[in-house]
Amino acid sequence: MHSLSVAEMAEALAQGQCTSEELTEVFLERIAQFDGELNSLITVEPERALAQAREADARRRRSDAGPLTGVPMIHKDIFLTAGQRTTCGSRMLGHFVPPFDATIVARCAAAGLVTLGKANMDEFAMGSSNETSYFGPVRNPWDPARVPGGSSGGSAAAVAARLAPLATGSDTGGSIRQPAALCGITGLKPTYGRVSRYGMIAFASSLDQAGVFGRDAQDCALLLEAMAGFDPRDSTSVDLPVPHYAGSLNNPLTGLRIGIPAEFFGAGLEPAVGQAVEAALEVFETLGATLHPVHLPNLGLSVPTYYTLAPAEASSNLSRFDGVRYGHRCENPANLEDLYKRSRGEGFGDEVKRRIMIGTYVLSAGYYDAYYLKAQRCRRLITEDFRRVFETVDVLAGPTAPEVAFRLGEKTDDPVKMYLSDINTIAVNLAGLPGLSLPAGFVENLPVGLQLIGPHFEEGRLLNMAHQFQRETDWHRRHPTAFA
Amino acid sequence: MSLNIDTVRGIAHLARLAVSEPELEAHALTLSRCLDLLAEINAADTTGVAEMAHPLDLAQRLRPDEVTEADVRDACLAQAPAAENGLFLVPKVIE
Repeated sequence: MHSLSVAEMAEALAQGQCTSEELTEVFLERIAQFDGELNSLITVEPERALAQAREADARRRRSDAGPLTGVPMIHKDIFLTAGQRTTCGSRMLGHFVPPFDATIVARCAAAGLVTLGKANMDEFAMGSSNETSYFGPVRNPWDPARVPGGSSGGSAAAVAARLAPLATGSDTGGSIRQPAALCGITGLKPTYGRVSRYGMIAFASSLDQAGVFGRDAQDCALLLEAMAGFDPRDSTSVDLPVPHYAGSLNNPLTGLRIGIPAEFFGAGLEPAVGQAVEAALEVFETLGATLHPVHLPNLGLSVPTYYTLAPAEASSNLSRFDGVRYGHRCENPANLEDLYKRSRGEGFGDEVKRRIMIGTYVLSAGYYDAYYLKAQRCRRLITEDFRRVFETVDVLAGPTAPEVAFRLGEKTDDPVKMYLSDINTIAVNLAGLPGLSLPAGFVENLPVGLQLIGPHFEEGRLLNMAHQFQRETDWHRRHPTAFA
Repeated sequence: MSLNIDTVRGIAHLARLAVSEPELEAHALTLSRCLDLLAEINAADTTGVAEMAHPLDLAQRLRPDEVTEADVRDACLAQAPAAENGLFLVPKVIE
């Protein structure tokens, strides 16, 4: 049952071959059996999940069910869930129970999806390995000595180990695509503004975007369609109709022009990863697409640009955690300043503190022009590169990450080394583009991800390409044998 | 760019973060390395390039100035580490 695709599960539910309650029990049992090792979930409330499942079954009995009614999923613990603890992977919010739902949580609930639990993540989504969580690292189901990627590492590991068929994630610099690649599943970061950010705890507001994980493109299409669309509660939400993503999955790829940026195949790329990606690109040629070498000359600026802008925005966003209104508060504060400083000092982990301090520094008097404004100009250079190449090609493709999953602890001593693991994903956030990672092969039994990048609001095209690729390949059907 | 401990102490104060002395030392080291990475943007020629603050060149959407949220005062106060009589409690700030 747990190996069915979401479309197959939905069909089984519609045909009455199983109930949502039965399906939910199957996944809750798998979580109980396997998550001790993976640590992919921070909060699981079986009774809450089963109550939602029974409600989904009741909806189906009164013919009030949608296509996904009764299908279980998990939410990254960055999305507020009314009445259910939401920690953002931080001690700061270790006991925080939100009074309202994030818009996407409410939309998933309205579609009848059942929330199994809340996924582990890097603290405040700051990390590329899921090792900064206050609740401990998540392990990669393909090799528990290795990281699942981050920051949505819990979501990706859980879907890869089939502890849930679907999960939400958020992607500020690659936090959906990189863990999808490292865990061998499909993950989509939509265009900035496509999915509401309301109730998604803010990290870097001009870059943050909510998205989806599934085992294949069809599953992602179904969930995205349930979540996407205009939300008056998010001032950056874009008021455009949501296409029927599942309906365009079978469009032919004949004549599609795929640009291959040379910069994605530079010195830092593991040769075996490069070979797997090149073999995957040949599949698109057999499907009628054509490959075109292109250049993104300013791509090399994207890591330093991002690690200036994202911490700047984070330092501002995270100033709301003051120990007064909600969140962690220190014991016996001597005065208000002591209350702020110790509550924040105790509530935040090292990486979050580092980013707040970088952000504070680049925004401070005397450095604002040299760092912050300069980085905003570089952001435009990077974005213009994409605009230019999309005049001659329809989409871009390359490796999602320059390497397969690395070992726990391998990069924790050197933040710069960790930041460089985002090299292929963060430019996409700077430009606000949609990006998708799909399984494209293996190197020594560890998954390799292929990244597809489209112009703004071309999620449907990326899902279509991924689906066509997945009809020709079986990388997405492989699963880690220890979690059979 | 090499940051000394005093500079890091100053940044931590601006950010209202309590950071212990040994932590300050460790942060001075890693923050210096991070700022070296950030300095790579200086190599870019950005003459005449306008700053970009938002990925889509859209105007800020406005809405009528009307009350749209129900009264959530009690739900919000329920989250506070310390509250009394409908107020958030903080240490005394005026002697």
